[in-house]
Amino acid sequence: MKNIFSSRWGIIATGAVIGILAVTLQKMGNPANMGICVACFERDIAGALGLHRADVVQYIRPEIAGFVLGSFVIALIKKEYQPRAGSSTILRFFLGMFAMIGALVFLGCPWRALLRLSGGDWNAIVGLAGLIAGIAVGVMFLKNGFSLGRSYKQKMSSGWVFPAVMVALLIMVAIGFRVSDTGPLFYSVKGPGAQRAPFIISLAAGLFIGAIAQRSRFCTMGSLRDIILAKDFHLASGVVTLLIFATVFNFVFGQFKPGFEGQPVAHTAHLWNFLGMALSGLAFALAGGCPGRQLILSGEGDSDAAVFVVGMIVGAGISHNFLLASSPAGPGAFGPAAVIIGFVFCLVVGFTMREKVS
Amino acid sequence: MADKIDARGLSCPQPVVLTQKAIKDGKTEFQVMVDSEVSKENVIRCVERNKMTASVSEEGDTFTISVSK
Repeated sequence: MKNIFSSRWGIIATGAVIGILAVTLQKMGNPANMGICVACFERDIAGALGLHRADVVQYIRPEIAGFVLGSFVIALIKKEYQPRAGSSTILRFFLGMFAMIGALVFLGCPWRALLRLSGGDWNAIVGLAGLIAGIAVGVMFLKNGFSLGRSYKQKMSSGWVFPAVMVALLIMVAIGFRVSDTGPLFYSVKGPGAQRAPFIISLAAGLFIGAIAQRSRFCTMGSLRDIILAKDFHLASGVVTLLIFATVFNFVFGQFKPGFEGQPVAHTAHLWNFLGMALSGLAFALAGGCPGRQLILSGEGDSDAAVFVVGMIVGAGISHNFLLASSPAGPGAFGPAAVIIGFVFCLVVGFTMREKVS
Repeated sequence: MADKIDARGLSCPQPVVLTQKAIKDGKTEFQVMVDSEVSKENVIRCVERNKMTASVSEEGDTFTISVSK
């Protein structure tokens, strides 16, 4: 049977659902302009596990587990579950790490950049410009034969690991697990990490989005990449729809507050908003997917994507421990330096990982 | 000339990049092998955007997309 979600209308429907659910989750308790931010929520998970001790951003976000499990289940049903691995694993880990470092300098992944824009945070425009610039550099590498190499088919169980870890995290947070009164899991009592939509609603939204994003192949980085690479606007129609629906629902809920200053969990250091997102964009382009897409691929059995996600979670720990992450006051002490190191890493990868173009 | 591009196991968007390159090089008849539903959809979309026709045959884990003018 033909996959109706891979049609133009399928991708548009996916964008609409993500936009509406993200803004609705904000209304129900998730942080402002952050309804569903993959980078932020993976950072919260890193915090909950104690990989960093920034006590305002610690919580096992059920949305993240939902994306992976929603994708896993629908991929099994539709016979698209395909365990695979072996494409430059360690490079993908570090691409994930630097993607997260860049995202936490900007304070958001591409999904959040769109959600910030839909809530009137004009700093997001600077971030999106950076994202486009980073992806454009990535496309240049792709056109010149950049490749992380082939992945190979694996045994069924290799693709179960990541969904199983997500189930474990869900159980731990559902029962309020802690190793001791002062140990993990950590649960923020103030700040963005304490702002949560009800557990079951977050999980349901995550599962639903995971499933339809698997069917439609929704990807924010891919949308911009395909325009630059091939003037293909297929994925872009979903992303634009997300932006439109999120904006409309922000107006409906009275959550639209335009301006640069005083935006929730955002800063106005334009240069670093631009460069942070540019680093992320380049890393996503080299790894072949935005953070949301990497979660979906992880659910489908793609271990290389799962490694990218783990890299992002570890990267979040490093970002906060080493004062790389920005705060509403501006970039962290070593954030700019880390962004530059990240660019050097990505450029070396981009220039050296090439198949011969005949 | 029946060229064969083996894009199996390559991550997004490399199958499309290779297909696009073949078209740009003036090839009017060639085959692209991929091993995922997603790559298959992407390559077909790329072929149709270039006003060529694609037909797919499936064998085991491999989809072979035959492209012609």
